[in-house]
Amino acid sequence: MLRYTLNRVLLMIPTLIGVAVLVFFMLRVIPGDVVEVKLRGDGGNVSQETIEMERKRLGLDKPLVYQFKDWMVGLATLDLGKSMWTDRPVTEEIAIRLELSLQVAVMASIIAVLLAIPLGTTAALMRGTWVDYAVRIITIGGLSIPSFWFGMLIMITLLYLFNWLPPITFTPIYVDPLANLAQLVWPALAVGYRYCAVVARMIRSSLLEVLNEDYIRTARAKGVYEKLVISRHALRNALLPAITVIGIEFAFLIGGLVVTEQVFNLNGIGMLFVQSVSRNDFTLIQALVMLVAGAYVVINLIVDLLYAVFDPRIRYT
Amino acid sequence: MSVAAVSTTPVVPRRRSAILDFCTQQPLGAASFVIIFVMMFAGIFAEYVAPYNPLDIDFGGILSPPSWEHPGGTDAFGRDIFSRIIYGSRTALVIGFTSSFIGSTLGAILGIASAYFGGKIDDWIQRFVDILLAFPIIVLALVVVAALRKFIVAGIDVNLIYAIAIPIVPRVARVVRAAALSIRVMPYVDAARAAGYSNSRIIFRHMAPNVVAPYLIMFTAFIAQAILLEASLSFLGLGVTEPTPAWGLMLSGNAADFYREAPWMILFPGAAISLAVFAFNLFGDSLRDYLDPRFKT
Repeated sequence: MLRYTLNRVLLMIPTLIGVAVLVFFMLRVIPGDVVEVKLRGDGGNVSQETIEMERKRLGLDKPLVYQFKDWMVGLATLDLGKSMWTDRPVTEEIAIRLELSLQVAVMASIIAVLLAIPLGTTAALMRGTWVDYAVRIITIGGLSIPSFWFGMLIMITLLYLFNWLPPITFTPIYVDPLANLAQLVWPALAVGYRYCAVVARMIRSSLLEVLNEDYIRTARAKGVYEKLVISRHALRNALLPAITVIGIEFAFLIGGLVVTEQVFNLNGIGMLFVQSVSRNDFTLIQALVMLVAGAYVVINLIVDLLYAVFDPRIRYT
Repeated sequence: MSVAAVSTTPVVPRRRSAILDFCTQQPLGAASFVIIFVMMFAGIFAEYVAPYNPLDIDFGGILSPPSWEHPGGTDAFGRDIFSRIIYGSRTALVIGFTSSFIGSTLGAILGIASAYFGGKIDDWIQRFVDILLAFPIIVLALVVVAALRKFIVAGIDVNLIYAIAIPIVPRVARVVRAAALSIRVMPYVDAARAAGYSNSRIIFRHMAPNVVAPYLIMFTAFIAQAILLEASLSFLGLGVTEPTPAWGLMLSGNAADFYREAPWMILFPGAAISLAVFAFNLFGDSLRDYLDPRFKT
């Protein structure tokens, strides 16, 4: 187990280096950088000299190889540099926004999992009936309704019903839990619907598979109550594949947040990412991509290890 | 199918058409196809279907609520929302189809090649796929948008299509590789190799036809994803640009200022996105149930 874990941790490194290389070169294939957006973006007439000076200051005039070396050395020493737009350290820019996004992500996961387990289970147990069809339509709806539109619908509903809109200034949950939740429950709901749909579909299909297993028949044959067959024998095994989906969706929630934060005007990681893309802020884009990719690889590893904990048949050697 | 039903079928069963088969087995799939068909029709014949020109600005009738004259109301420029939605389906379908086609096809070729060659090549392709998979779809698309900027041909941003196609590639590659691995060991592939056929001939003529089922399923499912992604990017102001009518674009910018005054500006375009994506998702789902015998009852 320990050897396997070590091995997996070592295997994460080439993937992350690959991500770093890919992002670095993709951003630089076509000329054009932050300086142009910054100085000429508003149509202002700026001399070529000023532009060159700014490039020099940001190190964008150096040959690509040197820039790449700086980026790799920076990564290895965990020094991600400064935002090319605001000149503040990238880690600081991210840190002040991470709390908000992380909280929305955690709340969305809780909402999603709590709803997905009963939905997926009933659909599987009542397979082929109208209940199954209804769940299917609800879950495909979750995959189809854009989270940003769902968010807008929530806002319109709140406005019409209560003549109230969620606050737009962020209050940490330990300062004023009520104000905090009043702001963040809605975006969590908006991204949670899709999340719930993905998990519910996974639970349904894996539960259907498990119900065909021999040990389910054995349990039923020896007279175990159906309720226990489902909860102890079937659901426990069916939840394993769901863990994978929950993990991956959590890591990828940043994707859902990219758009949803815009709707609710939340100053989080997603909003920061969109801003950096439209400003060509290379350092910030690179750092955010590394953050998301890193989260994805780490969560994947945790999921695989959890498998071994929950399912004694799985032994990594 | 029950045993009794099998015994009553004639010895030489009349071959029913696959389409009829699909409709009876997957009523939801057939219904979703009707929605897709209506959308395609509206998109192709937008000039004849739409009551107004989607770009016509009418400052006399801004933000007017839905009525007989304007079934979807008008926006802040007095443009007819219903007409813009009809023209928007053209944008959505063109981008959805082309990017899903490019992404799925590249992914399928990569996946088959990976399974066919095996060994070192397989390792390298899989490593590459792993790297791309570490990006959430929209994050990868945004990085490509940041990298490529705009390149507009005939009103459609070609680079936007690539930005949506690239995240699809690794996801299809992985599924198709798994399917191709089981075909790689078939005797007829060995026979083709023994006969001295070239690698590309074996890949395209002998292996590709056998992964058509997973390919088609992924292709349809990713049309849905591509439409959703286009809407999201346009909503962020990084996809389709004004004045091209596009659903995501109709929700972006100042649309949010009119929650109270003109909710129809939000309701109808979003409903169009949801309905389109829903139809393709449901169709892809039904296609999978129909084509993949493992899920059949």
